[in-house]
Amino acid sequence: MRQTWVTPGGVHPPENKLQSLKQPIGQLPIPHKLVVPLGQHIGASAIVCVKVGDKVSKGQKIADPSGVVSAAIHAPTSGTISAIEARPVAHSSGMTALCVEITSDGEDKWGSLTGIADFEHTSPRALLSIITEAGIAGMGGAGFPTAVKLNPGFQRPIDTLIINATECEPYITADDALIRERAEGIIEGIRILSHILGNPDNIMIGIEDNKPEAIKALAPHIQDTGINLVSFPTKYPSGGEKQLIYILTGKELPSSKIPADIGMLCINIGTTYAIKRAVVNGEPLISRVTTVTGEACGINRNYDVLIGTPVEHMLEYNNFDAQRCSRVIMGGPMMGFSLTSQKIPIVKTSNCILAPSVEEIPHNEPAQACIRCGMCAEACPASLLPQQLLWYSQAKDHDRLESHNLFDCIECGACSYVCPSNIPLVQHYRSSKSDIKKAQEEKVKSAQARERFEFRQQRIELADKEREAKRAARREAAKLAQASTASNTTADIVAAAQARAATKKASPEQELAKLERAVSSAQMRVQKAQDKLDSALANTETGEKINILTAALSGAQQKLEKANFRLAEHSK
Amino acid sequence: MLDFIIQQPIIAALVALAGLGVIFGALLGFAAEKFKLEGDPVIDQIDELLPQTQCGQCGFPGCRPYAESIAAGDAINKCPPGGQSTINSIASLLDVPAPELDQEHGQEAEVKSVAYIREDECIGCTKCIQACPVDAILGAAKLMHTVIVDECTGCDLCVEPCPVDCIDMIPVDTGIKQWQWPTPPLPNGLIATDRINSTEPPQGGSSHEDAA
Repeated sequence: MRQTWVTPGGVHPPENKLQSLKQPIGQLPIPHKLVVPLGQHIGASAIVCVKVGDKVSKGQKIADPSGVVSAAIHAPTSGTISAIEARPVAHSSGMTALCVEITSDGEDKWGSLTGIADFEHTSPRALLSIITEAGIAGMGGAGFPTAVKLNPGFQRPIDTLIINATECEPYITADDALIRERAEGIIEGIRILSHILGNPDNIMIGIEDNKPEAIKALAPHIQDTGINLVSFPTKYPSGGEKQLIYILTGKELPSSKIPADIGMLCINIGTTYAIKRAVVNGEPLISRVTTVTGEACGINRNYDVLIGTPVEHMLEYNNFDAQRCSRVIMGGPMMGFSLTSQKIPIVKTSNCILAPSVEEIPHNEPAQACIRCGMCAEACPASLLPQQLLWYSQAKDHDRLESHNLFDCIECGACSYVCPSNIPLVQHYRSSKSDIKKAQEEKVKSAQARERFEFRQQRIELADKEREAKRAARREAAKLAQASTASNTTADIVAAAQARAATKKASPEQELAKLERAVSSAQMRVQKAQDKLDSALANTETGEKINILTAALSGAQQKLEKANFRLAEHSK
Repeated sequence: MLDFIIQQPIIAALVALAGLGVIFGALLGFAAEKFKLEGDPVIDQIDELLPQTQCGQCGFPGCRPYAESIAAGDAINKCPPGGQSTINSIASLLDVPAPELDQEHGQEAEVKSVAYIREDECIGCTKCIQACPVDAILGAAKLMHTVIVDECTGCDLCVEPCPVDCIDMIPVDTGIKQWQWPTPPLPNGLIATDRINSTEPPQGGSSHEDAA
């Protein structure tokens, strides 16, 4: 048997796993309407690629991944798209998010499926694109897109592949049931993963020793495959990524590092089965095994349930007794969250629907003051100081929270579980974590705003300076011009005027023509005056009129003489 | 040398002390030149804490001028966009008591908002572009303008100059990705015997449940 290591802390809550393992994995009738959220994974929500009224076949892609860290979404059954709108989704906030509603046609007809039987002769890159297209995201709870996790280009090659079959949280048996019934497919999925990662030296399946049936089911299939099945004592939370790596390898994952940084990769066992289905059968991720359990359910059982099935549909087929139920929880009792509505659909990460009775999980009692008993510190699997973090969290002392490694908290809830004062410690940490993240984002934004503001100030200053410089230059020019006019004397002005007149003087030919024209026009006028006088004399007009005309004639004659004189002068 | 020290201990001591004084004086003088600080570092620290909306609600033309004024002794509660948290952090930086926000300068907004230009109504006057302290409005004369939402600080300085009132301040979308865990209430001083009579309703929507 392989050596295993023991993690610090941890708790042993009642397991409550047996009741849901009495029957094999069941099938539920297809609900009339399925609601498929577009954001079922960590990262950007998928972008819908169908319209209301479209007919879709089972497994048809209804939303494309947006960006690198995202996953595609597929129709879980055949039918018609009846709505694309915001609906309540599986989220601690109870808020709504964009969902695609499919009205089932009851036929559950697949589109064309193309699987690859011979994956060993397919390139890892091609297999990765199949995994991306199949919309596979981690099914253990976090929902990180698997193709991104497997993507090559790590700092160092992956030498250890860890398959997480721990399932340490009470009540949940989905992975256990899956292993019991579909061990062969799981092993095939692991072989595909190993091929993609270039056959890492160590492949380990980590499983708690409270699943003897599952261990028995896996054992025959791992012979001669190089896969090690490692079982270790049951303790919550052994299934955390960091904890499992330590248990199996004795290596501690440094703070704020991912397993790939130390050459390891951790994949949930349900995800490996989904990978097998995607690669070998060509089926995208449209269903998962989910446990329906709790005393308020008449039947406790695992189901292979379609993504998008409303929780109320599952409860209905399990003789749900609303009177006895304290609340419906998605996930386990330690890390799950209460659902605000039973219409919320199952998503890729929903491993359990827990409907406990009031006696089973009573309502939270009001928190009391911390008595500094230190039980939380003993229970913490990450060796943090929960009570110290509580003080800093209440004081909103972000610096101290970070220096006490708040971000290494895996939110397992072991501290709250042991707290004799019922302090909801994890909620305090979650709240502080989101506060710190928001403050960091704001800091980045304000730095950006400052930079833009300062740049604008500089630009305006520069523009002002330029304008000022231009104005100064213009003033200078005007002053120069003024100075040059002021220095002129009267004599200069006369000389300048004469010079101007000189330049204006016409050429001698033009002058001659002008004078000749003047002489001829003067002659004409004399002629006219003579004619008028003659006609007046002929008509025997009054003496006065004749006098005027005689004067005009003599005037014209004088002008003619003058013109003749000028012409003669010019001709000299 | 040794003889001189033994024979004239007082003079020797005086010489030694004077020598030390000269050496350390030179060292200090050198350090003062070498590590000279330009400007007041506390202004930068205060500026770092201010929200950089550049809204001018404090009465100063931007966040840095207000930071300079605080460093010179002005009140620290004149920044509505920063709100109480900014006041608290400046107070702890300067080691002074944290006052409440001065309502004269405005109220702390519940939700952040950004400017939005109704583009059909925009006449392209560029008045808002000139008003924007962070160059977050794009457009040109007689051409439609629009706000770069990612750069908008929500200072609302562009709203007032708009001659056709086509700028709205709309709250930032607080979707499921922006949701924050609420802070649990502080323990209200219950003692064990009170718990039986406690009428406090169960905390709905809580994340963690104790297993039975």
